[in-house]
Amino acid sequence: MVETENINTQAIWKILEDVYDPEVPVLSVIDLGIIRDVAVVNDELDVTITPTYTGCPAMDVISMNIRFALIQNGYKKVNINTILSPAWTTEWMTETGKAKLKAYGIAPPKTMHAVCTPETFQQEEAIQCPLCNSYHTKLISRFGSTACKALYQCEDCKEPFDYFKCH
Amino acid sequence: METNSKSPVSNSQFLIPNSLITYTLHLADNALILGHRDSEWCGHGPVLEQDIAITNISLDLIGQARNFYQYAAQLTGENATEDTLAYLRDAREFKNCLLAELPNGDWAVTVLRQFFFSAYQYLLYQQLQHSSDTQLAAIAEKALKEVTYHLRWSSEWVIRLGDGTSQSHQRILNAIEDLWMFTGELFKPADYEMEATSKGFGVNVETLKKDWLQNVKTVFEEATLPVPDENAWMQTGGKTGRHTEHLGFILADMQFLQRTYPGCEW
Repeated sequence: MVETENINTQAIWKILEDVYDPEVPVLSVIDLGIIRDVAVVNDELDVTITPTYTGCPAMDVISMNIRFALIQNGYKKVNINTILSPAWTTEWMTETGKAKLKAYGIAPPKTMHAVCTPETFQQEEAIQCPLCNSYHTKLISRFGSTACKALYQCEDCKEPFDYFKCH
Repeated sequence: METNSKSPVSNSQFLIPNSLITYTLHLADNALILGHRDSEWCGHGPVLEQDIAITNISLDLIGQARNFYQYAAQLTGENATEDTLAYLRDAREFKNCLLAELPNGDWAVTVLRQFFFSAYQYLLYQQLQHSSDTQLAAIAEKALKEVTYHLRWSSEWVIRLGDGTSQSHQRILNAIEDLWMFTGELFKPADYEMEATSKGFGVNVETLKKDWLQNVKTVFEEATLPVPDENAWMQTGGKTGRHTEHLGFILADMQFLQRTYPGCEW
């Protein structure tokens, strides 16, 4: 067991790099940007996470996997706290994470918030097809297989693909 | 509800006002009941993409409900949990608006109900994110981004149906006829909402009505739909526990397992 007074929070961040999102298994919790803080408080390890979407069913599993990973590495007194504010945004996703998404076949979120207002039938900025790199793509549905994704189709290679939407 | 003196919260130096618990439950019940209604479309949507859309919206709403119930349970203390609040209260104790509990009807009714409600929730959460209660503010701030999607999606569908075929136009006209009288309750504050407003943690819903109507007018105009009389007679009661018969059926469905096998987990 690792004595709490010797905890190096850098080492904790390193361990968390190997905890993956069960829904998008190429992304670690670090890539997603959902780890908000790692601290040692009163001899215990406090990990603060924030949900991507309010109703995301993966959050409970993610929280459990973080606990398991830390226990496996000898950290026994682990508290996982959830905070809602400030609300998670795709801007917190790492560049490495975005590259991994694209390689996995999911178009990564654009850097700028393009369409996060309620105005109807807005022109979406062109989303690049993660397979053939064409910008000639169209939105099929704003809601995809998970809360964080929208469904697109490439007009050139005709493949449908997921877009990790701006949030 | 428990009285103040029976609802201690650890680390709290002041008594939790009853109105904060009631107000939080009202917000939770609205999200849970509409979320449950939307979830009834799972596997029955008109096309796969819209089946997924409405169930995603349902998931967001149930997520919001969980956040509010968890907070209400923490405030209530004793042995309250998010589950006891959702599964073990009876219809009279539910404080959701009547609009949320109405049956799904056809796609036009579901889409219009979602549009009316999302337009309301969008304005509500915009203000609630500045609540003096930091947890209510955080839940609203988080949910607002999702509600923005719901509002866009439902507005676009109202326009598609209204400005679509003669059949879709007629169906959404029927939906307006059925639902309009349930919209007034959204902006008519219950006693606990007025207390919440005066104490600074709640939103004065009366002030949302003007912007809500404007939004309805804009979308209806594009959808070639007539805007009904805003001063028409409105049905109320849900916020104070007087519900339509429909809520009982929802609870019978939703609470059956916990009522029959108390404490059951899987």
